[in-house]
Amino acid sequence: MKAAVIVFPGSNCDRDMAVALRSAGAEVEMVWHKDAGLPRGVDLVAVPGGFSFGDYLRCGAIAAQSPVCRAVIDHVNRGGYALGVCNGFQVLTETGLLPGALMRNAGIRFVCKTVPLVVTTAESDFTRGYAAGAELQIPVAHHDGNYFVDAAQLERLRGEDRIAFTYRDNPNGSTGDIAGVLSDNRRVLGMMPHPERAVDAGHGGTDGRGLFEGLVGALVAA
Amino acid sequence: MKARVQVMLKAGVLDPQGEAIRHALGSLGFDGVEGVRQGKVIEIDLAGTDPEAAERQVTEMCEKLLANTVIESYKIDLS
Repeated sequence: MKAAVIVFPGSNCDRDMAVALRSAGAEVEMVWHKDAGLPRGVDLVAVPGGFSFGDYLRCGAIAAQSPVCRAVIDHVNRGGYALGVCNGFQVLTETGLLPGALMRNAGIRFVCKTVPLVVTTAESDFTRGYAAGAELQIPVAHHDGNYFVDAAQLERLRGEDRIAFTYRDNPNGSTGDIAGVLSDNRRVLGMMPHPERAVDAGHGGTDGRGLFEGLVGALVAA
Repeated sequence: MKARVQVMLKAGVLDPQGEAIRHALGSLGFDGVEGVRQGKVIEIDLAGTDPEAAERQVTEMCEKLLANTVIESYKIDLS
């Protein structure tokens, strides 16, 4: 199973993402934002956290226009998998691959702590490693994680079982306590919390492992 | 010619920064501040001189990059 981790100027969770994917059994290649294409045979594209392009204009807005994002959109349109974490989630909403937008936290402050997350659906290759309703401890670290969708879109996401994770105690004002959301074909996941920061006992918890192991396991089997 | 693009959060989208400013104004003793919305202004120098072409071009810039139309609206002034 082959994964590509995209690196933008200002990405800072790219290597953590690569370590998490490799420890779950993926072969990982780093891809620079100016590359117009992805490596051959990539099953999963991971868009990591950080502050791509200094968060100028809007978080993820400039990154979404980079050459490699064109390739990521093509990859997803061909049925490929993509995972966006934190700034990566912002990038995926800015490309239109995921619905909604991420706004400034309702409390204005940057939030950096480990939070309880509820697995809202296990019906995806990203969440198959967990039981629906399970509670995980996963770190968040963001200033703009306040997920916004309008009421009609929220109904649609709920109706289609596309909310992957919700916050038990909403730290940022997100609509519907949403922490992670799936695309309509369930092959793209965007989430603000950092599962790659919870894969080693040294991190203080390993609840993020289930995501990487479940996902890599599903893609190896496919 | 110059284009001045004003980007604001849409009505109905809560603006946490505007709310923080409203509270700060209240604590400075400014009474009667009922609402504050914060947006941004982007000034663009254009080589062209045809207002209609400029309007079309800047509208496309707004739709593609300058505004996130999920949450933001924009207004273009040309001069």
